[in-house]
Amino acid sequence: MSYLNSGLPKPVLAPDGLDSPFWEAASRDVLMLQRCGSCSEFQWGPEWICHRCHSEDVGFEEVRPVGNIYSYERVWHPVHPALKDQGPYIIVLVELPECNNVRLVGNLMGDPEQSVEIGAPVQAFFEHHRDAEPPFTLVQWEKV
Amino acid sequence: MSRTVRGKVAVVGIGETEYYKRGEAPDAEFKLALKAILAACEDAGISPKRVDGFASFSNDRSDPSHLAAALGVDDLRFANMQWGGGGGGGSGAIANAAAAVATGMAECVVVFRALAQGQFGRFGQGPQRDVIAGDGAHTVPFGLMSPAQSFAMKVTRFMHDHGVEQNALRAISLASYHHAQNNPRAVMHGRPLDEEKYDNSRWIVEPFHLFDCCLENDGAAAMVLVSAERAGDFPHKPAYILSALSGSHYRAGASVHNTPDYASSTFKTVVPRLYDMAQVKPADVNVLQCYENFTGGVLMSMVEHQFCDPEGCNEFFVKDNLIAPSGKLPTNTSGGNLAECYMHGLGLNIEAVRQIRGQSTNQVDDVDVALVASGPMVTPVSSSIFGTEATL
Repeated sequence: MSYLNSGLPKPVLAPDGLDSPFWEAASRDVLMLQRCGSCSEFQWGPEWICHRCHSEDVGFEEVRPVGNIYSYERVWHPVHPALKDQGPYIIVLVELPECNNVRLVGNLMGDPEQSVEIGAPVQAFFEHHRDAEPPFTLVQWEKV
Repeated sequence: MSRTVRGKVAVVGIGETEYYKRGEAPDAEFKLALKAILAACEDAGISPKRVDGFASFSNDRSDPSHLAAALGVDDLRFANMQWGGGGGGGSGAIANAAAAVATGMAECVVVFRALAQGQFGRFGQGPQRDVIAGDGAHTVPFGLMSPAQSFAMKVTRFMHDHGVEQNALRAISLASYHHAQNNPRAVMHGRPLDEEKYDNSRWIVEPFHLFDCCLENDGAAAMVLVSAERAGDFPHKPAYILSALSGSHYRAGASVHNTPDYASSTFKTVVPRLYDMAQVKPADVNVLQCYENFTGGVLMSMVEHQFCDPEGCNEFFVKDNLIAPSGKLPTNTSGGNLAECYMHGLGLNIEAVRQIRGQSTNQVDDVDVALVASGPMVTPVSSSIFGTEATL
């Protein structure tokens, strides 16, 4: 099941490898985020060093895929040909309180005209595109 | 205080091309740049050959060395680009040019922006390619790719936190369209907007209706900066730079919407330095030009420039408060990016100079201090304050 019509640019690993563990984990229904091995704090998006203690010992760690809606938007006007017949869709910015409140962007599964409450709890939904070339997985969100 | 540009530099020439709807400019983008610079030099009464510096922003494609060659500039001394996207660099480019003039690196610097979205890419369209990597891989596949989509969630969060209603955004749009009706240069001249038309307009992305969004245009704008000592030698009343600077808050550039202070126009750390350098208070500002990528950004910018308490937006943001000449704070008096032309905001700086000169088509009475806020919600942002000779 795909929330948006197909045809948008497909996510691929960055050539520099910075976010590869995130995408590899998502394909296994696991959420992994970057955590500093020195000061143990999370950061997102991934960086080459920890922005707090400047350690290069930054790795990825599995986290509970749950958070709260920090903000959201309902898009009506398509800016990409693949979404021409999509109709409205909802983008959510999800904050993960267990991970230093880092935020992830995704879509909110369900009725695109549903009401959305800031602060509402959500859990990840791993949307697999196994038949795509190259295959990929999107971390989407659904209300708990 | 010697470490300041306050009062050391003045704008003595302004120039614009005709403003066109996207794709309708009859000239190439580089030629538009040249025409705006020639117009600004003519306004200043100087030969373009005496220009010795260029400053721009947002990766303008018109290269200063090429401009200098095309204009026959005698002695190029300063070629500057303010990093950062959107209109965040409009006042930043002026700050850089002013710094060059104040420190003697150059004598006569042109700040310019040329934009032909019809000849190059449109800002309002998403990337059309097969795959995407890096930061964009974490947003674009979810349908988050245009500027409106990139900023709507900041505004929604701000409105949620402070109980701001849609009518506050509407007032900003109504004021811009009101001013454009008196401005024959405005692309939306002759296209008035009222409450009903706004309310019935389609959503682009909530909370932005069509009329909350900037235009997409072709054209160019330029201004000529010289030292204050020389400013009296030119035909028009000088607009002295009281302050111009740029910046952004802690980790404003954190990727995938991770800046800690998210529901912000990015001006909080810039504004205290801005007013300190200018030695003015918000209440001293007679007229405001406030960059409108989207009305929500204007609202947050005006709060962060301390014109309005965040909890008082619904009362402050009504059309009558924002229009010239009688409003509490006449705002975007040319029609701005919503209704005059989207020239990445440099047109707002030019309108501020017109207000100082007394030449606006929506002139405010007795203007001594004009403020410009450039490019909310991007990083870095920038602001500038212009004053008459009386403010020095």
